[in-house]
Amino acid sequence: MNSRRMIALAWKSLWLHRLRSLLTVLGIVFGVSSVVAMLAIGEGASQEAQAQIRRLGSRNILLASIKPPTDEDAGQQGSRVSRYGLLRKDLRGILASVPDIARAVPRRDMPVEARVGGRKVTTKLMGTEAAYAEVANLRMQAGRFLTAAEGHARKPVCVLGDGIARKLYRNVNPVGQELRAGSHYYRVIGLLASRGEGTGGTAGAGGESDMAIFVPIETMRERNSDVAVTRSSGSFTREHVELHRITVEAANGDEKTISRVAAALRSFIDLRHKKKGDVRITVPQELIRQARESKRIFTIVLAMIAAISLLVGGIGIMNIMLATVVERTREIGVRRAMGARRGHIVRQFLAETVLLAAFGGVIGLGLGMAIPAVVTYFGWMQTVVTPFSLVLAFGISALVGVVFGLYPAARAADLDPVEALRRE
Amino acid sequence: MTAVAELRGASRVYQMGSTEVRALDHVDLVFQQGEYAAIMGASGSGKSTMLNILGCLDRPTAGQYLLGGRDVSGLDDDELSRERNERLGFVFQAYNLIPHLTVLENIEVPMEYAEVAHAVARERATSLAVRMGLGDRLHHRPTELSGGQQQRVAIARSLANDPMVLLADEPTGNLDSKTGAEILGLLDELNDAGRTLIVVTHDPLVAARAHRTVTMHDGKIARVELRAGNAPAGGGPA
Repeated sequence: MNSRRMIALAWKSLWLHRLRSLLTVLGIVFGVSSVVAMLAIGEGASQEAQAQIRRLGSRNILLASIKPPTDEDAGQQGSRVSRYGLLRKDLRGILASVPDIARAVPRRDMPVEARVGGRKVTTKLMGTEAAYAEVANLRMQAGRFLTAAEGHARKPVCVLGDGIARKLYRNVNPVGQELRAGSHYYRVIGLLASRGEGTGGTAGAGGESDMAIFVPIETMRERNSDVAVTRSSGSFTREHVELHRITVEAANGDEKTISRVAAALRSFIDLRHKKKGDVRITVPQELIRQARESKRIFTIVLAMIAAISLLVGGIGIMNIMLATVVERTREIGVRRAMGARRGHIVRQFLAETVLLAAFGGVIGLGLGMAIPAVVTYFGWMQTVVTPFSLVLAFGISALVGVVFGLYPAARAADLDPVEALRRE
Repeated sequence: MTAVAELRGASRVYQMGSTEVRALDHVDLVFQQGEYAAIMGASGSGKSTMLNILGCLDRPTAGQYLLGGRDVSGLDDDELSRERNERLGFVFQAYNLIPHLTVLENIEVPMEYAEVAHAVARERATSLAVRMGLGDRLHHRPTELSGGQQQRVAIARSLANDPMVLLADEPTGNLDSKTGAEILGLLDELNDAGRTLIVVTHDPLVAARAHRTVTMHDGKIARVELRAGNAPAGGGPA
């Protein structure tokens, strides 16, 4: 009997018991779909995390000013100014004393209200240097980024993030236009390309540039004091922060260099800031390593869950096939009398089990691809269905069919034809 | 005349715990080409065991069984399957059609195991079904057929691979007397066309149609009767 006829026959007998077949494969369906869906979600989360980290720059080490937790009364007492964070002399000190660094770029953030015509948007003014575009891996959509000369001359120029440009200018090309931020005017000289943030709007370190207005840090210093005043629910908060961020780029991307620079920066900050806890140091390369490690653990856990559900599914199939063999003992006896060899009987039942498992696998793949699609559609998470996960899940389900089909098939083939014919 | 099936000192011993049951005890028996033989006997006389051995479903524990001149008593399971497929046809009391297959598909089963191309098998199954008067039932399932029709399908199936010997086990046991007579008429026709028939029965009406009746008792041949006027027809199988 050729294999096409065998499969047709197997299909026929499965179709005869449609409901039973469907119920039997549910275990495989859920096993396969959970493998595909969970791998897709895991891969999506991992890619999103890695992309965010990579946006920070794998050669970079980020120093950020944070409000120290000990500074409790600053928020309540309107008159007091809370003073914390990175200082301009920290930047000079880092450049002078930390070895193996290519450059260190400062950034100061100020909340402002930007206006163009009648439109108003509350956003952040970011004062920085020309090199920031490179270390933060910003790409231009139109115009150019700030230059060092513009900084020295304290020119009133700015570069817009894609998001803020859309809000302020709609369909007008903003390059060359004037813009008011706070109480000062700036000329737009460049437009950044969108960072193409993933779904979910996670405000990653790179994502904030989309809504930012970049100006030369020297211009900002000339026009504004270091004290920022924010008003919230009737009370004022005054904060004195010289720099919000320093992005340090290591001399090379070598892991050893980066950890050496990171260690030097940590001790530098410890020394200068007396462990006040007002500076946070982030090393993207360490984060990437952590992300890889957690992905590995996640994958192992996933594989175990998948293995268990497929095992349960396989046992379900085997159970039904054993019952089928008992139910069809007479048919087996008749086929043996008609000249079926043991191998024919094994193949017949194996074909049914594998077909059943493969069928469950296909439904599972469909369901497994639908779940991440729904998750992404509603914007809960980014998901990535990799071809590997499909091949893996389907391969395992077919394998389950073979492994759990062999025993019932062998039982069927080993029936004594005389006995089998006598059975009611 | 040539012998198609021959038992030589064939015995079949079952081990039931510590006791031995001799279901077949040193039986010598020859079936000739074109013969119509009936095997009779009370239940437990050994006639079913003999049929199983003649049908290559079982092997004698001692002695020989020659099918078409070849000793098949030492063959392994796969080789016995091949013998059943190529040289033997079976008709059972309970028809034993496969319930989820149609008439044609049931008739095709032995041909599938003989690796006959599907188109060829389909053509042969159709002509056999038509010959058995089932021309308008080709795509029906067994449950949609009467007992007599089912037994006709079974006979068509047994002829699928043009067997050397047709073995029937109480072929009319589940049928009323009129339908049973029709089936027996059909078997007569097959035998007239030269097919060797061995029928196990305890119905004297069935045995009356045979050329020779072998009566079994306690695993041995108790009596052999030749029926005058029922001489075997000459020639090969149709």
